[in-house]
Amino acid sequence: MAISEAVRDEMRQIVALYPQSRSALLPMLHLVQSVEGDVSVDGINACAEVLGITSAEVTAVSTFYTMYKRQKVGKHHIGVCINTLCGLLGGDAVYAALAERLGTTHDSPSADSQFWLERIECQAACTHAPVMTVDWEFMDDVTPASAVDVIDRLANGEVVQSTRGPVIRDFSATERTLAFPNDGLADEGVSVDDKMLAGLRIAKERGMTAPGIPAAQPSQTEA
Amino acid sequence: MTLTPVITEHWDSPDLYTIDGYRRFGGYGALASALKQDPDAIIQTVKDSGLRGRGGAGFPTGMKWGFVPQNDGKPHYLVVNADESEPGACKDIPIMMANPHALVEGVIIASYAIRASHAFIYIRGEVPNALRKVANAVEQARAAGFIGSNILGTDFSLDIVVHSGAGAYICGEETALLDSLEGYRGQPRLKPPFPAVAGLYASPTVINNVETIANIPYIIERGAAWLRQFGTEKSPGFKVFAVSGHVNRPGIYEAPLGITMRELLDYAGGMRDGRKLKFWIPGGSSVPMLIEEHLDLPLTYEDMAGAGTMLGTGTPMMFDETVSVVKAVTRWLEFYKHESCGKCTPCREGTYWITGMLERFEHGHGQEADVDKIVHVCTQIAGRSFCALGDAAATPYPAALKYFRDEFLAATHTSADEQFDPVASYLFAGAAR
Repeated sequence: MAISEAVRDEMRQIVALYPQSRSALLPMLHLVQSVEGDVSVDGINACAEVLGITSAEVTAVSTFYTMYKRQKVGKHHIGVCINTLCGLLGGDAVYAALAERLGTTHDSPSADSQFWLERIECQAACTHAPVMTVDWEFMDDVTPASAVDVIDRLANGEVVQSTRGPVIRDFSATERTLAFPNDGLADEGVSVDDKMLAGLRIAKERGMTAPGIPAAQPSQTEA
Repeated sequence: MTLTPVITEHWDSPDLYTIDGYRRFGGYGALASALKQDPDAIIQTVKDSGLRGRGGAGFPTGMKWGFVPQNDGKPHYLVVNADESEPGACKDIPIMMANPHALVEGVIIASYAIRASHAFIYIRGEVPNALRKVANAVEQARAAGFIGSNILGTDFSLDIVVHSGAGAYICGEETALLDSLEGYRGQPRLKPPFPAVAGLYASPTVINNVETIANIPYIIERGAAWLRQFGTEKSPGFKVFAVSGHVNRPGIYEAPLGITMRELLDYAGGMRDGRKLKFWIPGGSSVPMLIEEHLDLPLTYEDMAGAGTMLGTGTPMMFDETVSVVKAVTRWLEFYKHESCGKCTPCREGTYWITGMLERFEHGHGQEADVDKIVHVCTQIAGRSFCALGDAAATPYPAALKYFRDEFLAATHTSADEQFDPVASYLFAGAAR
């Protein structure tokens, strides 16, 4: 689909943030995925025109990064961490259950083109293993059953809340956030959960604190 | 050793991520005091504190800042490496979601110190909730007059851009990150020149990890001597440890450097169901694994090096006796093969061939000659690759072989899943399949 002038204007807004225009390319490609559903040829050409580089240069960049897809992702992107820790602690079973539920395989769309399933690498949430993502929002501590339930609820159009983040929107909305990060959702959902507070709670229970400023402030050091 | 919440001290305050919540605990007070000092005095304080980079390499932060040439007529840049992608590392993303203003305040102070008027926070694209939290914090700080022109009435001006990556582990390597931030494929650059001399847009650039920068406001507010009360002579300070794996209470534990893994494991509730620890990794899959006998070593840069490993990201992964080390190592190598950027031959080809050999072991038809051949290939990758990704890829297997040679030999006839029922290592009971 041809990239509209309004989207090109948004690309120029991103360009304006950087001392050198080409730095805007990664967020611009996220914007392309937001409006196109993938990194389309039209999107590549629009990036090239806005930046004054060749479409071959844009393509070379877009094919390097795994988040950029060359086929329509559909309404929701589903990721399952299969790196060693998540995978061996149950992510493998979660992935298998989702592949069966969606009738698809790694980095491919579901039969109804509504979901995209991907075996993802470490999502920086190992304390919350096994980890799944929906449109890259965290769904922590999943089981095969809870992961399939998430898909069922999304398929039914029900509200699904990220375990550490806002209500799930869709792939397009997340890709827009990646282009324009200040999406107004910072106040939504939980961002600090029990696992992130595990040490702090023990410290408080046992009266443990960091040392104060030496010889200037009363110290509460030793617990 | 006690826990010492500093960066995490107020994480139970529900609005800490907002500027009002952060300022209630004195937030941005360090910035006000920093801007009254000479930039060189800030660098000196950070040098005196002994703070070392928390991204994995442990390079002294103040020294890194001091490498930036002054009065060179070029723009200077600060780039925050928030591309946390190391398997096992999960502490920068929580810091950004829980306490983003500590990062933002640190960025402003660090930029002032190195005379940068433009800073970038490069956050991996796969974590939009960290991205929006930091972007929100930047906008709030801008509205409060902490970012922009003539900050707090001084002649210091700064803009901060929150930038999203797009899925590439290699972009955690600092020069690959710079190429990516310039809009290219994220492939590492030859060093020298180092980024402090020719970094972003060929200008002097400091690249620091999220946790490193989040330390800065506390150090400026409380002083270098305060930080040195924590940790050891060579490893001063505290660390946001993230303990994951087969432990009863996986999570974030902030403690002084020098705490032992046994103490940290005790805080984390011990191994699940009283099962036995099989192996653990102090800081990401790129550092060699350790076993039970290493639990009493202090978690410092120097003690970990003494044990033949590294502190790395300080995010220990704990695996119990249900885990196949053959499967674990194979999975890591599949990761490095996938993430190798392809620029240099030892890494690109080496990860390919090692992974192929390891997958045969995982499936129970490894070849006995390959047990040592893989070590040989690893020695051809380590130190011969363009960047540290190759060195990292050459790490898991030789370390595993040192402790679990028999398991690899058994995998010449018995698959990993036959040796260890995969269901037993799942965290949920009675897995459906």
